[in-house]
Amino acid sequence: MTASLIGQDYIEIRGLTVDFDGFKAIDGVDLTLMQGRLHFLIGPNGAGKTTLVDALTGLVQGSGEARFRNKNLLGMRAHRIVQLGIGRTFQTATVFEQLTVLQNLDIAAGVHRKGSRLLFARRAVPERVAQTLETIGLQALANRPAGILAHGQKQWLEVGMLLVQDAQVMFLDETVAGMSADEREETGDLLERIVPDRTIVVIEHDMEFMRRYADFVTVMHAGKVLAEGTVAEIQADPQVHEVYLGTAAEVGADE
Amino acid sequence: MTTTTATATTTASSRPKAAQLLGTYGSLVAIALVALVLLVWAPNSLSPFRLGNLGKYCSWAMAAVGIGLAWGRGGMLVMGQGVFFGLGGYTMAMHMKLEAAGPGGIPDFMTLYGDGTMPGWWAPFRSAPFTLFAIIALPAAVSFLLGYAILKRRVKGAYFAILTQALAVAFATLLIATIKQTGGFNGLNTFSTVFGHNLYDPGVKKGLYLVSAALLIVFLVIVWQFNRSRYGELLIATRDAEERVRFLGYDPANVKLVAFVAAAIMASIGGAIFAPIAGIISPSNVDAAASVMMIAGVALGGRSALLGPALGAIAVGFGQSTLSERFPTGWTYFQGGLFIVVIMFLPAGLASLWPKVKSLLPGRMSPQAALVDGENGA
Repeated sequence: MTASLIGQDYIEIRGLTVDFDGFKAIDGVDLTLMQGRLHFLIGPNGAGKTTLVDALTGLVQGSGEARFRNKNLLGMRAHRIVQLGIGRTFQTATVFEQLTVLQNLDIAAGVHRKGSRLLFARRAVPERVAQTLETIGLQALANRPAGILAHGQKQWLEVGMLLVQDAQVMFLDETVAGMSADEREETGDLLERIVPDRTIVVIEHDMEFMRRYADFVTVMHAGKVLAEGTVAEIQADPQVHEVYLGTAAEVGADE
Repeated sequence: MTTTTATATTTASSRPKAAQLLGTYGSLVAIALVALVLLVWAPNSLSPFRLGNLGKYCSWAMAAVGIGLAWGRGGMLVMGQGVFFGLGGYTMAMHMKLEAAGPGGIPDFMTLYGDGTMPGWWAPFRSAPFTLFAIIALPAAVSFLLGYAILKRRVKGAYFAILTQALAVAFATLLIATIKQTGGFNGLNTFSTVFGHNLYDPGVKKGLYLVSAALLIVFLVIVWQFNRSRYGELLIATRDAEERVRFLGYDPANVKLVAFVAAAIMASIGGAIFAPIAGIISPSNVDAAASVMMIAGVALGGRSALLGPALGAIAVGFGQSTLSERFPTGWTYFQGGLFIVVIMFLPAGLASLWPKVKSLLPGRMSPQAALVDGENGA
């Protein structure tokens, strides 16, 4: 990534609508996802956060427009979107349990590899994979099957898979859910380290985690964008308090 | 940064190197043992009749090796491999019929059932090079088109199995219905020579067996390389979490298509060597029941193990002919019972006993290593 491009990559979403047989799970959302900031997507269950990510990554069909590097992501096939440099994780960590941590990362690194090289065995650990193993702190477990990893480690492995595939845009779906306080902190620090030259969108329910790490927050409700701004702006927004069951507790203070 | 990377690299690869080497080259040693038995011991010890039978089992085993790749590694339950076995078998048989008819002559059954003229599409099969080319190109083209249509539409699981099974039924029905062109229910038989070699010559018979056994060994080595390659890892990843693979930037349909086409070519070559050894290829060799028998051997031996499918197929073939001669009534029940026992207690086939045995051996392998090796090894 050259210096001139830093901070210039973004996804511009205009009028995104996802229609499930008449039910609008996403209803005309306008949203700009900027490079270099941790963008949190929050909102009550059923607000459409995951559906929004699904539409942007080719898992469900959406109408409207989502521009990234002059391409409309809507209507593109999922693996093509990934090849553009957009990656995601899933609410339940999905790693290849029978394969080792190293193999998991190596497969993720394969997006940029020529097809013909697939027919050969891996002779050494690719540099990017080795670096990532270190970044996500799983070196010691590199040759263990991913199935034996703890929940938090699986989530880190997923983030690592996005790192080796060099995803410029990362959608992380409830990555810290079910993690211990220490693991959350490590995850948050990891995200802060990698965010400067990337666009990172985090779907999150944990308000404390959000308050600590969010650079920018979008609140969704019933398929629409309810409010946008910094953590302070969101916390001051009465509408946001209202959708969170009318209590200031969730957004303002601890859960 | 460079130093930390270097340390990361060594720590990541040094510890299990010994186990990895053993896992990889241990499999080659196992293949070499099979080669020794099939290529050295068998030709010197078995009667020509038994050797011919073993040649047939090897041809089924070739199809089975492909099924191991597509089903065991790729998760596609290919229930219609008889179609591809038949494509190769019929291609070879057509050539042999034309050889038997002599230059300019036409196959005997066409005079018997038809009006004594040969359909135009038979003509190219007079050429030996074209026949050899077709044995590979025909199944490759058919499986590519079928696989593309089926896999791109994300048909999987039971639907995929039923679809491929239906293809086998349709293929056999088509053969039976076209007696004037394909010999119908009788199939193609009474060959005299194969590529100019007299089929009744004991030396040629032995040679055919050796070709069959050698091809099987070659296929095992090919699949061994497939399995240890990055493609092999990707195929397992696709089998276990297809959607996840899609979100790593691969089209899972393409990954599976490669295994499907490879399996089809292997089945076709198996069929092509089956026809001259058996002296016949008929709809009953390629129909749904025949396809299921191919799957049965693979399930018995262990679908995701390297040697499981081949040894399973040979065992089922041996059971079907040799053991059933000795116990004509009891055999079918015994075979059925064996399948029930294996599926109930060893769902991954007899090969899954091996890692259990290995983990009981002293030292050198941690349970986790054995667990992974169970997927890779024999």
